[in-house]
Amino acid sequence: MVRFIEVNKKFGKLQVLDNVSIDVEEGIRTAILGPNGSGKTTLIKTLLGMVIPDSGEVLFKGESVLGKYKYRREIVYMPQIALFPQNLTVKELLDLIPKLRMQPAKYDGLIERFGVNEFMHKKMNALSGGMRQKVNLVLAFMFDVPLIILDEPTNGLDPVAVLELKKLLREEEEKGRTIIFTSHIMDFVQQMADRIVFLLEGVVKFKGTVEEILQETDSTSLEEAVASLILKSQKVHNYA
Amino acid sequence: MLKIIGYVIKDLLRNRWTLFYFLFYLLVGFAILIFSGDFSKSMVSFLQIILILTPLIGTLFGVMYYYNSRDFIELLLAQPIRRRDVFIGQWLGVSISLGTSLVLGLGIPFLWYFAQYEVAGDQFVLLLLLGFALGTIFTGLSMAVSVSTDNKIRGFGYALVLWLLMAVVYDGFLLLALIAFRDYPLEKFALIATMFNPIDLARITILLKLDISALMGYTGAVFREFLGSTLGMITASFVLMLWVLLPFALITFIAKKRDF
Repeated sequence: MVRFIEVNKKFGKLQVLDNVSIDVEEGIRTAILGPNGSGKTTLIKTLLGMVIPDSGEVLFKGESVLGKYKYRREIVYMPQIALFPQNLTVKELLDLIPKLRMQPAKYDGLIERFGVNEFMHKKMNALSGGMRQKVNLVLAFMFDVPLIILDEPTNGLDPVAVLELKKLLREEEEKGRTIIFTSHIMDFVQQMADRIVFLLEGVVKFKGTVEEILQETDSTSLEEAVASLILKSQKVHNYA
Repeated sequence: MLKIIGYVIKDLLRNRWTLFYFLFYLLVGFAILIFSGDFSKSMVSFLQIILILTPLIGTLFGVMYYYNSRDFIELLLAQPIRRRDVFIGQWLGVSISLGTSLVLGLGIPFLWYFAQYEVAGDQFVLLLLLGFALGTIFTGLSMAVSVSTDNKIRGFGYALVLWLLMAVVYDGFLLLALIAFRDYPLEKFALIATMFNPIDLARITILLKLDISALMGYTGAVFREFLGSTLGMITASFVLMLWVLLPFALITFIAKKRDF
């Protein structure tokens, strides 16, 4: 469904994406992992056309996304930091985005699931971080689109909401949706990801299933596996 | 794009910025008409506002609005909306809001005055049109500057310098050039130099409509002959339109290459 082909991106002197090639298959959940500043968000943004790669191709359903915008009708993106006009109420925001996208949206069930209905008429700048994240989630799931991209969806969520999110992700997969997400919470990733891509300083260090990464690193948990991948690359660095 | 323009206008109304700006013009409009007594003197005062203040306010608004809505712009860019439309929509939304405040804010006092005294309405309408155009041009230029840098302070600085160059410095240099080369025929040069600054273009266009243009001597006569003619008016409007298109091209070009 999505293909990154030898994508390179530099911000100044910093190589943020270094020859990244990834295939994201349709209908499954792919997690992009990596420490802070490893290029996860930048990679996602190249798919959305927000960051323009220096070289390489990003394909969505077999077509290059460069300079195009209509393909984004089939993608919903939930950014890491809630980027909302602060003086809108939750309801106004939930009504505004479908208008801008010119797509119908259904949010009645979602606002109840995440408890957003309790603060529908509050302004965005009056909400706590967790509340905003819940609004963020409602925005991400209220459209009927084939690809959902979630950047750190668990940020600031209480355990009840995290459980609800996990349930929701499973339901979405059953509906045949493709989901790409990033997360720092390895437990969440281990439970939710069908595939894992591990980025380190812009380089793909691993791609495969959870079982494969455990086997390859001889670990019992994903946390251990990721830590060992990071350590291994640091050793290589030191020797070099 | 229309949806974005609509959103921006609503947003500015909600922030009461448009209202504040409208009331400011309303107050200034009444004050000038009541206190200056003579209508042609009022026109000169209005001219100063349109030539200096309107571009300045457009510049400040353009920069401020862009940086304040940075987050929202990012949200918009992730939606199925053409990149150009996001930025041009913001520009037009701000320009239309500011322009409407200007036209209503000065227009209402004028209508009140017009109802009492017989004065020439066409000069005033031209003044408002030029004000609208200047506001739009400077809002756009300042937005183009803002889009090109993430640094708010730098964005503000560059935009203000641009305004200063156009509103003040340009005339100074033009005057110096005219004095330095006064032994040569300069009418054509002056005419062409005017075209390269929208503020000058607007100033000359208005001045020629006023009676005081008789004071401008031989150069004034050349200007009058050119800009007073149909061809001159068409050329002036065309150049002003090019000036409106310049921010459009700049914003589109800069936004296309930027990462967000």
